[in-house]
Amino acid sequence: MTIHRALLACLPLVLAASSLAQDKPVAFVGARILPIGSAPFDDGILVARGGVIAAVGARGSVAIPADAVVVDCKGKTLMPGLVDTHSHVGGGWGADDSAPIQPGVRMLDAVNCRDSGLQRAQAGGITTLNVMSGSGHLMSGQTIYLKNRDADTIEGLAYKFPDGSPMGGMKMANGTNSQGEAPFPGTRGKSASLVREQFIAAQEYRRKVQAANGDADKLPPRDLAMEGLLEVLDKKRIVHHHTHRHDDILTVLRLAKEFDFRVVLHHVSEAYKVADEIVAAHIPCSLIVIDTPGGKLEAMDFDARSAADLEARGAPELVAFHTDDWITDSRLFLRSAALAVRAGCSRETALAGLTKNPAAMLDLDKRVGTLEPGKDADVLVLSGDPFSVYTRVEQTWVEGVKVFDISVAADKKYAEGGWGVGQPRAENICCMGDRGDH
Amino acid sequence: MKTFLALALLAASLSAQDLAVKGRVVFTSDGAAIQDGVVIVRAGKIAAVGPAATTAIPAGFRTISAAFVTPGLIDAHSVIGLAGYLNQPTDQDQHDTSAPIQPELRAIDAYNARERLVEWVRGFGVTTIHTGHGPSALISGQTLVAKTRGDTIDEAVIVPRAMIAATLGDGAKEQGKGKSPGTAAKEVAMLREAFLGAADYKKKLGAAGTDAGKKPDRDLRKEALVDVLDGKVPLLVTAQRHQDIESALRLQKEFGFKLVLDGAAEAYVVLDAIRAAKVPIIAHAPMARFSGDLENASRETPLKLRDAGIPFTFQSGFESYVPKTRVVLYEAAIAAAHGLGQDGALRAITIDAARILGLDGRIGSIATGKDGDLALYDGDPFEYTTHCTATVIEGVVVFEGKR
Repeated sequence: MTIHRALLACLPLVLAASSLAQDKPVAFVGARILPIGSAPFDDGILVARGGVIAAVGARGSVAIPADAVVVDCKGKTLMPGLVDTHSHVGGGWGADDSAPIQPGVRMLDAVNCRDSGLQRAQAGGITTLNVMSGSGHLMSGQTIYLKNRDADTIEGLAYKFPDGSPMGGMKMANGTNSQGEAPFPGTRGKSASLVREQFIAAQEYRRKVQAANGDADKLPPRDLAMEGLLEVLDKKRIVHHHTHRHDDILTVLRLAKEFDFRVVLHHVSEAYKVADEIVAAHIPCSLIVIDTPGGKLEAMDFDARSAADLEARGAPELVAFHTDDWITDSRLFLRSAALAVRAGCSRETALAGLTKNPAAMLDLDKRVGTLEPGKDADVLVLSGDPFSVYTRVEQTWVEGVKVFDISVAADKKYAEGGWGVGQPRAENICCMGDRGDH
Repeated sequence: MKTFLALALLAASLSAQDLAVKGRVVFTSDGAAIQDGVVIVRAGKIAAVGPAATTAIPAGFRTISAAFVTPGLIDAHSVIGLAGYLNQPTDQDQHDTSAPIQPELRAIDAYNARERLVEWVRGFGVTTIHTGHGPSALISGQTLVAKTRGDTIDEAVIVPRAMIAATLGDGAKEQGKGKSPGTAAKEVAMLREAFLGAADYKKKLGAAGTDAGKKPDRDLRKEALVDVLDGKVPLLVTAQRHQDIESALRLQKEFGFKLVLDGAAEAYVVLDAIRAAKVPIIAHAPMARFSGDLENASRETPLKLRDAGIPFTFQSGFESYVPKTRVVLYEAAIAAAHGLGQDGALRAITIDAARILGLDGRIGSIATGKDGDLALYDGDPFEYTTHCTATVIEGVVVFEGKR
C-alpha cells in the first residue's frame, strides 16, 4: 500500500516530464503581488521551485536562491493563473444526438490538445480549464480539468483524481438548449423528469453494487452511464449545470437536494433574481458575463449585477466567472470580472472569482488559485491593474515554466491573432523554440 | 411685474433642446481635448465649446457634468432595429432568404426604433447607428442611418437609404445542392450579371428619354442598382478574406461605384491595393470571433490601417447568437489597448465614422453648428470599470444613469 501510494505520488512528475518541467528555481522580483485571500503588497518576491511556490513575500523577507533565474517584475503585477470553470476550447464534442442523457461519454476522448485555443487561453492568463461538452443535452458527458501547460497529449494536460484517473465533472443543462424532438424533452417538466429517472436508476445500480459487497459474480453488468452517475452520487464528480432562468435555477437546487449531488451553477444569467435561495443553499455560481442581454430567450434578462448581489448577501465565495469560450474569447477573461466590478462587485471578490473560488469549484483549491507556498507555481505577470483595459498579460507561467511571453513573436501571435494563428499547433512542444529563461 | 415679464421672456427663449454640459475633459474630436470644458447646446445644435473659464453658460440652461465628455458615438455598421434581442423568427428582419440579390429591400420598412438593443447601446453613449440588412446574402438590402432616439422610424432616421449591403465570402454562400451562389467565383459572376443588367436598364431608360411609352417596366431591383452605378448610394461590401477584398476592389474598378469595405479581417495583407483604391474600411469588431472567414483576423489590424493612411472606423457588426449585439464603445476600447490609444480609438468611432458615412458636416465632433450629440462618462470611456452616465441627442438627455 505504501509503495502504491508512492507510485501515485510520482505520477504527476512522470507526466510533467513529458512536457517541460521546471529545472531551475525562478524568482519573480519587484512586482506588486496579489496573492488572493490575503492583502496585496508592493515590491514583492515570489520564488518557484520544482513547479510549486517555495516562498512569497515582501522584499527582504524572502531569499532569492543563488541559482535562481530572476524575472525582473518592477512595475508589474503578479497574480495567480486564472481558473476557467467553463470552456469549450479544443474543438471536442461530447454526447451525440442519440439521447438527451449520456453520462458515459468523456471529453477526454474528444479534446484536441493541439487546438490553438489552448495557446489563446495561455495568452489570456488561463492556466486551469474545465473543458466541457455542450448544453444541447440534459447530460452531455464527463468534463475534463486541464492544466494549461505545454504538452503534446491530452494525458499530459489532464489533472488527475487521487486514483490517477483523469479528473473532471459532469455536464448538465436545463432550460431551452436541451429541449428538442423526442427522445429529447419537449418541456421543462419533462426535462426534470428524465433526469430524476436516471438518478433513480443510478441509485438502484448503486444498491446492487453495494449488495454484491465486492463479490464479482453478484455485481451488476458494467454500465458506463451508470458508472458515470455513480461518481456523481458518490460526490467524486461535481455536476456543472448550465442554467439561466430563475425557475430553471431553482429546479437545479431542487434536484441537487433530492439526489444529494454536488453542483456548480453555470451561466446563471438570472442569479440576481434568486440570490437569496442560492445563498441559502450555498451553491456556487460560475457566472457568464456578456456584453448585451438576449440572443436567446433564456438570456433575455441577463444582468452583470449577479456577482455583486451574491456578495452583498455575504457569500462572495460563491462567485466565479467563466469564458464559455467561444462565447467569450479566452483572451478576455480578465475583462469578464472587470465588467462585474463595473456592475458593483468588489475588486477583491472579482479577483477571487477568477482564481480561488473557481479552483474550489473544481476541487483544485489545494493546488491552485492563490499565491501561497506549496501551491502550483501558476503565475501571471501583468503590465498593470488586472481590471484595466490597457493592461496586458505579459507572461504566463505554469508549474514554474513559462508558457507565454508577449515579447516573443511566436507567443505574441496568440494574443493578437494573425495569419494561420487559428490553426491547430503543428509543432511538438520540444520544437517550439526557446522563450529565453525557462 | 417687470421681474415676472423678464422671467416669462427668458422662459420663452429657452428650448427643450438647450443644455450645458461640463466635463473635466471634453474630448472634441476636433483639435486638442479641453480640460475643464463646457459645451453649450442651443436648440439642439452646438452653440459654443471651450474652457469653463471663458465659456459662459446662458441663464436658465440645465447643466449636467461628467469626468469625460465625448461626441456622441457612431456605430458605423450594425443590424440592430432589424435584428432584435430575442433572436426569435419574429424579430429577425435583417435577412430575407428568398433570393440572393435584393437591393430593393428598404431598411426603413423594417427598422424598429423601440428595439431594446437600440435602447441598450444608447446607454453606452452611442447616438448614431448605421444599421440595416445584414451581411448574410450576396446583396441583402439597404441600410439607413438613425439617431438612437424616438418611438417611430421618422423620429429616428436621418438617412433613409445610406448604403446597399453586399457580402462576399462564406457569409453569402447559399446552403444546399444546386443553390447559388455556392462558390466565391459564382458570387462575383452573379454580382457582375446584376450590375450589367442594371446598366442595360439604365441605358433603356436613357434612350426612352421623356417618352413614357418607350420606358422599360419599373424594376425596383434594377433601380436600386442603377443608383449604385450612378454613385448616389455606396455599395457596402462585407469581405473578410484577402481574395474577397480583392474581388470587391476589382468589381469597383469595373463598375465605378462608390465602395465601402466592411469587415476586412485580412486587409493587412492587401494594404497597398486598398490604399490605391482610396476605399475606406468599416473594420470588424475587434472582439468578433476569430473563426470562419475571420480565422486570420488580428487585433493589430487597426494599427496597420492607420499607419497605411487608410480611413477606417469600427462596427458592432452582426451577431447571430450571444451577445446579440456588440457595443462599439467596448470594441473600440480593445483597439485602443492594442496600439491605437485612447485618442485614435475615440476619433475612429466619432469623426472618422462620420466621414465614412458622409455625415461629418452634421455629427462626429464637438464643434459649433453640429448636432448637440454628446456622451458623458465617469472616467476614461474605454476603461472596463467606467460608466456612461448620460447620453445627449440634439440637446435632449436620452439616457441618464450608470451603465
